[in-house]
Amino acid sequence: MAMVEIPADMELVYKRPESLTLAHTHYCPGCTHGVIHRLIAEVLDELDVRERTIGIAPVGCSVLAYYYFNVDMAEAAHGRAPAMATGIKRVSPDKVVFTYQGDGDLAAIGTSEIIQVANRGEPFTTIFVNNAIYGMTGGQMAPTTLPGQVTTSSPTGRDVETTGWPMRMAELIGILPGAAYVTRQAVLDGPGIRRTKKAIKLAFQSQLGGLGFSMVEIISTCSTNWHMGPVEALEWAKEHMVAYYPLGDTKVSDGVRALMEGR
Amino acid sequence: MPKELLEGNAAIAEAAIRAGVEAYFGYPITPQTEVLEHFSERLPELGRVFLQAESEVAAINMVYGAACAGARVMTSSSSPGISLMQEGLSYIACSEVPVVVANIMRGGPGLGNVQPSQGDYFQAVKTTGHGDFHMIVLAPATVQEAIDLVVLAFDLAEKYNTIAMVVADGAIGQMMEPAELPPMRPVRLPKERPAWALTGAKGREHIIITSLYLGAENLERVNLRLQEKLKKIAASEVRWKEYSTDDADLLLVAFGTVGRVCQTVVREARAKGIKVGLLRPITLWPFPSARLNELAHQVRGMLAVEMSAGQMVEDVRLAVEGRCPVRFYGRLGGIVPLADEILPELEKLDAELAGGKES
Repeated sequence: MAMVEIPADMELVYKRPESLTLAHTHYCPGCTHGVIHRLIAEVLDELDVRERTIGIAPVGCSVLAYYYFNVDMAEAAHGRAPAMATGIKRVSPDKVVFTYQGDGDLAAIGTSEIIQVANRGEPFTTIFVNNAIYGMTGGQMAPTTLPGQVTTSSPTGRDVETTGWPMRMAELIGILPGAAYVTRQAVLDGPGIRRTKKAIKLAFQSQLGGLGFSMVEIISTCSTNWHMGPVEALEWAKEHMVAYYPLGDTKVSDGVRALMEGR
Repeated sequence: MPKELLEGNAAIAEAAIRAGVEAYFGYPITPQTEVLEHFSERLPELGRVFLQAESEVAAINMVYGAACAGARVMTSSSSPGISLMQEGLSYIACSEVPVVVANIMRGGPGLGNVQPSQGDYFQAVKTTGHGDFHMIVLAPATVQEAIDLVVLAFDLAEKYNTIAMVVADGAIGQMMEPAELPPMRPVRLPKERPAWALTGAKGREHIIITSLYLGAENLERVNLRLQEKLKKIAASEVRWKEYSTDDADLLLVAFGTVGRVCQTVVREARAKGIKVGLLRPITLWPFPSARLNELAHQVRGMLAVEMSAGQMVEDVRLAVEGRCPVRFYGRLGGIVPLADEILPELEKLDAELAGGKES
């Protein structure tokens, strides 16, 4: 990919990370997947690990993420990305391995796999995008859909009496001994995006240090299936999602603490 | 190497180790647990990967991941566990990565029991998972053959970038008999992994391994490519064994343990003057259809014997194309048909067809 020559009197302040391809994404206007992809790519560039990174795309809206990340990628069956990542990391421990999963993938059909990898402390990184809905299939109730939230499969609003409660995955995973670093962040505004990037970087650094399993849950939006404009969706997520899903770390192991304090 | 007294399950695991398996992922289930146990002891001491998965679903996806990374990898299970692996097997088939699976079959359906069975014939050769694909399916009748076929399974899986499944019933898994293990192959180094594998996009374009092909024409193209490959396998990898077929005018068709029992039936029937032969399929897919079709011109009739309600017999009938009568005898629930009960079935067929070959 040819880079444009930078004039001598100008400084390069912003560029496409090398860990992203030139492909146009299929994501809807206002979708936050693009932001999260970019944050991961920036981190891979900064850690200089692109050439030894293997990513796993999930089933869901980000199923085509393998076209967008300029790293080796595999596409997993629904919910099985953590098991695939386990296989890859075990036979290629020198590689940097990550899964990119949505809420249906990770918190419904793939609950077993995610809990088991965290408990075994598999030293890879999971990026968990929580937007409280099944986007790809057209807006059905997810395990993370909020009480009362209207979706195409909870048309009168999620009734917790019959469908259970939204799953707080960062808390659930955080209590497992094999998890080194688990955090929940949000990409709903500038400061949140910067904090999310820091968390993603720490998660990958924790992997590079062989410290255990790391997961960054990211509160995200789905304008299309929430039937809101992008700005309205961001505001709604701030008001409702963050209230139910508190931001912050749910697990920082001693090793990760040392990493944090070391920088 | 000298012959040793080996248990089938342990021999299967050790054969895989000798064949250079780099990683094993599996889940305990009777009657194959000794495969997992053998690996759990041997692989770590050899510096290779062993992991007991949380389920067969996870195990097959770990295998899928390791195969994508270019490692020589296998799993093993028994019938209900293979059912759980079907999703993963379908993804693996479409992604065209080499994987070896051993299925030490038990009685079904459902939880069934832990007795030897061949009830997974359909599952192995026809209904392995959603979509259009086949695995190479290898069926040993002895511990020695199980060893040889495990080694062959790796070679075929890697030759065609496909799944090779060794299906043995629980009897072969659990029994001990003298057999010879192959010499230890050198394990492939990480830098020797295939060019298509996910090893990091260093100095090359990034590689994607997927089974998603949006657009009907796209997916049709992929399917046609898969079918071309399957045709090639069907043309060159059919394996079977014949016993006393030269002058036979009746034919037994049976695989695995009951294929072995039928060798006794041939001897006993011949002592009674019945000119019977035996064809024992070794590859259940591809099936030795062409040879059966040839033999259908020679014999008066065939008797398929299985440890199931009659699954392989359907493929025998398809192969024979109505050229001769095909009868079936089977036992269910984990019962191995004995020579004493197969022989009368054969005599019945002999008497029924006494008028010579039907035209």
